Amino acid sequence: MTLVFVETDENGEVALTSAEALTFARTNASALLPQLPDGAPDTSREVAAPPSGSTEAVVVGPLSEEAVGELSRLGVSRIHHLESADLEAYSAPAWAQAIVDIAPETGAVLASGTPRGMELMTHVAMRTGERMAANVVAADEEGLLRQVLGGAAFERLQLDGDLQVLTLAGHACNPEETTPTTPEILTHSPESAAEDLRTRVVRTEVETAADNDTSGLTQARAVVGAGRGVGSENGFGEVLELVDHLGGALGVSRVVTGLGWRPHSEQVGQTGSRITPDVYIACGISGAIQHMAGIEGAKTLIAINTDEESTMVQRADYAIIGDLHEVVGAVNEEIRSRRG
Amino acid sequence: MDILVCIKRIPDISGQITLDASGTDIDDSGLGHTASAHEECAVELAIQTAAATGGKVTVLTLGPAEAVEQLRAAVGVGANDGILIETEDPGAFGPEDIAQIIGDVIRDRAEGGQSFDLVLLGNDAADTGDFQVPIRLAYDLEYPVLTGIQTLSASAGSDSDSSGSSAGGSIEARGIGPAGTEIFSLELPAVIAVQEGGVDPRYPSITGRMKAKKARIAEYVAPEPGAGNPRIGLELPPDTANEVTILGEGPDAAGALVDVLEEIGVIRS
Amino acid sequence: MASIPTQASVVVVGAGIVGNSLVHHLAELGWRDIVQVDKGPLPNPGGSTGHASNFIFPVDHSREITDLTLDSVRQYKELGVFTQSGGFEVARTQERMQELRRRMASAKAWGIESHLVTPEEVVEKVPFLDPSVIVGAFWTPTVGVVDSVGAGTMMRESAQNKGALTVSPNTEVTGIDVENGAIARVHTTKGPIETDKILIACGVWSPRIAAMAGAAIPLTPAVHQMISVGPVPQLAEQTGEISFPIVRDMDTFCYERQHGSDMEIGSYAHRAILHEPDEIPSIEAAKLSPTEMPFTDDDFDPQLEQALELMPDVLSNPDVEIRYAINGLLSLTPDGAPILGESPEVKGLWSAAAVWVKEGPGVGRAVAEWMTNGCPEVDVQGADIARFHPHQRTRAHVQARTSEAFIKTYGIVHPGEQWNSDRNVRLSPMHEREKELGAVFFEVAGWERPQWYASNSPLLEEFGERVMDRTAEWDSRWWSPIINAEHLALRERAGLVDLSSFVIFDVFGPAALDAVQSIVLAQMDVSIGRVVYTPVLDETGGFRSDLTIMRLAHDRFRVVTGAAHGMVDVKWFADRLQETGAQIAELTSSWTTIGLWGPRARDILSQVTNADVSHEGFKFGTARTIEVGSLQVLASRISYVGDLGWELYIPMESGLRLWDVLTEAGTEKGLVPVGLGVYGTTGRIEKGYRAFGAELDSERSVIEVGMARPKVKSQSFVGRDAHLRHREEDPKAILCSLTVDDHTSASGEKRYMLGGEPIRSEDGQPLIDGHGHHAFVTSAGSAPSLGKHVLMAFLPPAEAVLGNQLIVVYMEEAYPVTVASIDATPLFDPSNESIRR
Repeated sequence: MTLVFVETDENGEVALTSAEALTFARTNASALLPQLPDGAPDTSREVAAPPSGSTEAVVVGPLSEEAVGELSRLGVSRIHHLESADLEAYSAPAWAQAIVDIAPETGAVLASGTPRGMELMTHVAMRTGERMAANVVAADEEGLLRQVLGGAAFERLQLDGDLQVLTLAGHACNPEETTPTTPEILTHSPESAAEDLRTRVVRTEVETAADNDTSGLTQARAVVGAGRGVGSENGFGEVLELVDHLGGALGVSRVVTGLGWRPHSEQVGQTGSRITPDVYIACGISGAIQHMAGIEGAKTLIAINTDEESTMVQRADYAIIGDLHEVVGAVNEEIRSRRG
Repeated sequence: MDILVCIKRIPDISGQITLDASGTDIDDSGLGHTASAHEECAVELAIQTAAATGGKVTVLTLGPAEAVEQLRAAVGVGANDGILIETEDPGAFGPEDIAQIIGDVIRDRAEGGQSFDLVLLGNDAADTGDFQVPIRLAYDLEYPVLTGIQTLSASAGSDSDSSGSSAGGSIEARGIGPAGTEIFSLELPAVIAVQEGGVDPRYPSITGRMKAKKARIAEYVAPEPGAGNPRIGLELPPDTANEVTILGEGPDAAGALVDVLEEIGVIRS
Repeated sequence: MASIPTQASVVVVGAGIVGNSLVHHLAELGWRDIVQVDKGPLPNPGGSTGHASNFIFPVDHSREITDLTLDSVRQYKELGVFTQSGGFEVARTQERMQELRRRMASAKAWGIESHLVTPEEVVEKVPFLDPSVIVGAFWTPTVGVVDSVGAGTMMRESAQNKGALTVSPNTEVTGIDVENGAIARVHTTKGPIETDKILIACGVWSPRIAAMAGAAIPLTPAVHQMISVGPVPQLAEQTGEISFPIVRDMDTFCYERQHGSDMEIGSYAHRAILHEPDEIPSIEAAKLSPTEMPFTDDDFDPQLEQALELMPDVLSNPDVEIRYAINGLLSLTPDGAPILGESPEVKGLWSAAAVWVKEGPGVGRAVAEWMTNGCPEVDVQGADIARFHPHQRTRAHVQARTSEAFIKTYGIVHPGEQWNSDRNVRLSPMHEREKELGAVFFEVAGWERPQWYASNSPLLEEFGERVMDRTAEWDSRWWSPIINAEHLALRERAGLVDLSSFVIFDVFGPAALDAVQSIVLAQMDVSIGRVVYTPVLDETGGFRSDLTIMRLAHDRFRVVTGAAHGMVDVKWFADRLQETGAQIAELTSSWTTIGLWGPRARDILSQVTNADVSHEGFKFGTARTIEVGSLQVLASRISYVGDLGWELYIPMESGLRLWDVLTEAGTEKGLVPVGLGVYGTTGRIEKGYRAFGAELDSERSVIEVGMARPKVKSQSFVGRDAHLRHREEDPKAILCSLTVDDHTSASGEKRYMLGGEPIRSEDGQPLIDGHGHHAFVTSAGSAPSLGKHVLMAFLPPAEAVLGNQLIVVYMEEAYPVTVASIDATPLFDPSNESIRR
């Protein structure tokens, strides 16, 4: 049996990552069972009830009808619904102990590789005396394959215990629905040891618009970068307007601060700020290595540059070939017109 | 408040990697070495917290003799001293072993009169990504543990008196949860795994670097691995060259760019 | 992605400052269909240019390098990318102050404004420097910084705008096809290019590309550490990239250079850290660029401490952080000079490598001119890729010498300084005897050559005051008064000189006469057995070489030239023989040469041979084979020391026997072994003999050096038209010999110039010749027969007057000198009686 820790979102729906984990558990059921030396599934210690290869879900907190329906479509045979005063606020050891209490002796416990999933599975591994594998992407007879080095490589490994404890890397598998089941819902109301409640969340601060001020260069979700191509100290008009449209921040290359056009605090690069925005729009920046080092963390890189062979264009996800003033001016106009 | 920060020497990777001859590790011959970003934030948090409470920061690593460079780098930005647990083959150790060895050293230091109110680690090592050492260490020490923490503030009353005792005190820790920033209040001693993003690690100053050169580094020899590393081998993903999508030339391409920005969801309404 | 042309007039590999400058100058000179490739992206493909500190101190002890630097500065200024900042070279020790005084000599010799200043004057311009740490400084107001990447981009674009150039970045050279010893095509990741020329200008990767064609570019990638610290409040207050002078902390081998609000600190003080060209990380794998290697803190720590001493106010600030630190790669060569020109190994493979940013544009122009006209305007022969002897192209030699040289980057290097590493590579057959005689060996081209012999120290007593001993440590370093004693012994009795290092090659075949005739200035249609000393000119009438040629047969000529430059001569001849059909064979390792000179030379030789060696029986300027016992010896009656005698050529394996026979016969006649100190300096300087590389180079005409013959042969030869023109013109400079009239310095100690010092008018004004060059000492040395110290220098024609009183400036003190010869007339034995007796 494979037990999957399922997270739900604020609307009570099953999180996408948990749906991935459930699909993975279902489609890799045999590989997730502990292997005998000769490679045959070990059924000798299988207890009566659930058939080997079944998938069960554990949900902590409210369980909505939508979630039950989705879990059914994801092929879950049994839902463990944990609800108690001690589990109301998150405390990893308490939640983990509750999971351990319903985990099989043989089989697998699995969560998606979210911060919660990672934390809980490690506690579960500790409490069951097992090893743990984080960010698994595949399982077969030879063992597990998991992401390491931030996804730059995969590690093949074998966990030798009766219970495989692991987390699944995000996007390692696509959620797939199956013939709906009629899951049995078991409700548990465990009490937690005081010791396990020491690390309870005291309170949660939901970010308000005021807290969400992303104007700072290192916090901004969107950064517009400008280099020497801007032309002069007075050439930042269009770029700054775009910054405003995006509610983002301006970042500049070392040349720009070197020329005294903008303050050092706006410099992005090896000797300036290193930024991790959702999008970085490099306007007229050719892509000096020094600068590239500061924008490695950008999720999407957009280049506006006259030179198609420049480093920035070559490294970008999207590019427009052209003069930055003309292009940025047109982009601003487009944004204004779409706003109406 | 006296703080121990555990860091790890890892290859400084930013691009393509290659494997060594054994296929169980990456070829780091042309690479520099560093500590993980999480750990650099942990060091920064430790320095700030120690400064606010009048405490000291010790950095610890399990690694080859060269890992002393990472300890010195931490001293260079403000840590006070270091502990090197030396092994020629760090890859032979699994997370269980590492937690056990660090736990043993912490107990040994305590017997020698150096006890830590707080043990900080990175949330996970950038190379192995095991996510386990902080929690396993906490169980070994029987301390409470938090992971994914981005900022710390020592609560009132936790200022060490000059005796620097490690008795009690508490600390407020913050991390990003599914519904917002989660705040924890933790009795000390405790283990906390730090997630990058809450603080900007400082660079060393020249005087800091010179202090680092003279840093006191206590040395231990790592015992033989117990549980060992479950790794069988490494595999590289197939080469995927970056494919840039050219949206067009000149101002005419503005619409396509705005489409992309809308899709990412960064245009202010 | 753009496709690549399938044909090119030349494929330029590299888009750093050198490659970019080259495509610009080639286009300017009319080249079209140039293809430039770089495996990296633009504008910074990831080579050494991309992380260069980009500052330029114009003063170097080498005139060749200074010329290239000054030309580069001119070009950077034209492009608008030069910012003048001024620069200090500060001294912490008195020894360094002496070196800075010597640097003043070079500044004056090359006509560059510089001053020695006090610590207080430094602080006026660099207020955050601690004056108590230094004792003085060398100030050059014209020091500045450049934007080398920007300059390169503009140069590339200028060639593109002419329609002369296709640039293909992100394109790697994967192979080179060589057919019949010449470049046929270049393979790249974007396809093959048919071409007969490849120009390798890719810095640290150059050896790798050359090896694809089976050729060597003997350089090694080496680390230069650099960090950038900031933000420094004192710098941030100023706008622009640089507003304070650059400081070179000479004694700690470091520099501090402002870059906006940051301070860059670079070091040449660490151990030599060499890398292999094949092991430089790829662009994909590199954290920064491939040539910005991971920083090794330990190597830099001592420099931090020293930098802190010098600039405590800015660097002890805890907010000033180390933001960037690299082990930057640059190219080092075994002799420190760049590697320029066409490879002697593969026709059409050109190199422009091991070039610094300060020389890049100048090198680009010079090599482009070279490729176009056969010779550059600026003399770059010291950098000719053909200069390397086979052992000097090996990896082991490159590593040994560059490891030894790295620490000398800012070091105090004596002009006579010898290498310690990779010695004893080429030994003459007499080597063991020479060791027994206590020879002090100096190395040239791998050869161990006795400079003087300790066994001759008893001569010091014999000649007493006449050996002109030197008391100043600097003047006598790498020198011995025994040299002068050996000189006097040769002049009065006889000396035996080991000349094994001569480069020797034969030109032969039916076309040999026409071939040799077409290459050299002198008439070569001479009778068999004649020996001819001749200049070799380039197309502009400047010197390519000077050498002797023996006509051994109607169809065979033997060329004898110096070790240092000989390999370049071999290539020069080989290139020009190709069309004539004559053959060339290098015989350096087949023959050893023993010089026997002095008034008793004939007595000694006649004792060991039955051949007629009388003045009439063996005329000056002739060569023939004689029997010495059972040895067949090719004897050639000429002299570079200006005395009666012979060069005796003998197969290597019999050299020792000949040496022993002559020694045995000569000892009772007062024959002594004589070192190269006499042959290379004292013997020639009092005879006014010119030396290639000192007095003779491609910027000097035959007229200016006083070597014109009465008539010019009617046959055509390289440089003839230019030479004829020079004969019609008034010379722009005249090579003179000067004697030093008084050696007494302010301290009372007698000082002896070593070469490179400025010559000025009695009132201290610079003397500028018609080329715009300032007068300086090209060679200096004792003339023991005259009891004088003799200097050679090119003077403006108006100053080239016998008896003219001038001064030489040495270590910032003036010494009176007199013009003693204004042509090739020797100061010693002006009528050459000693030779022709």
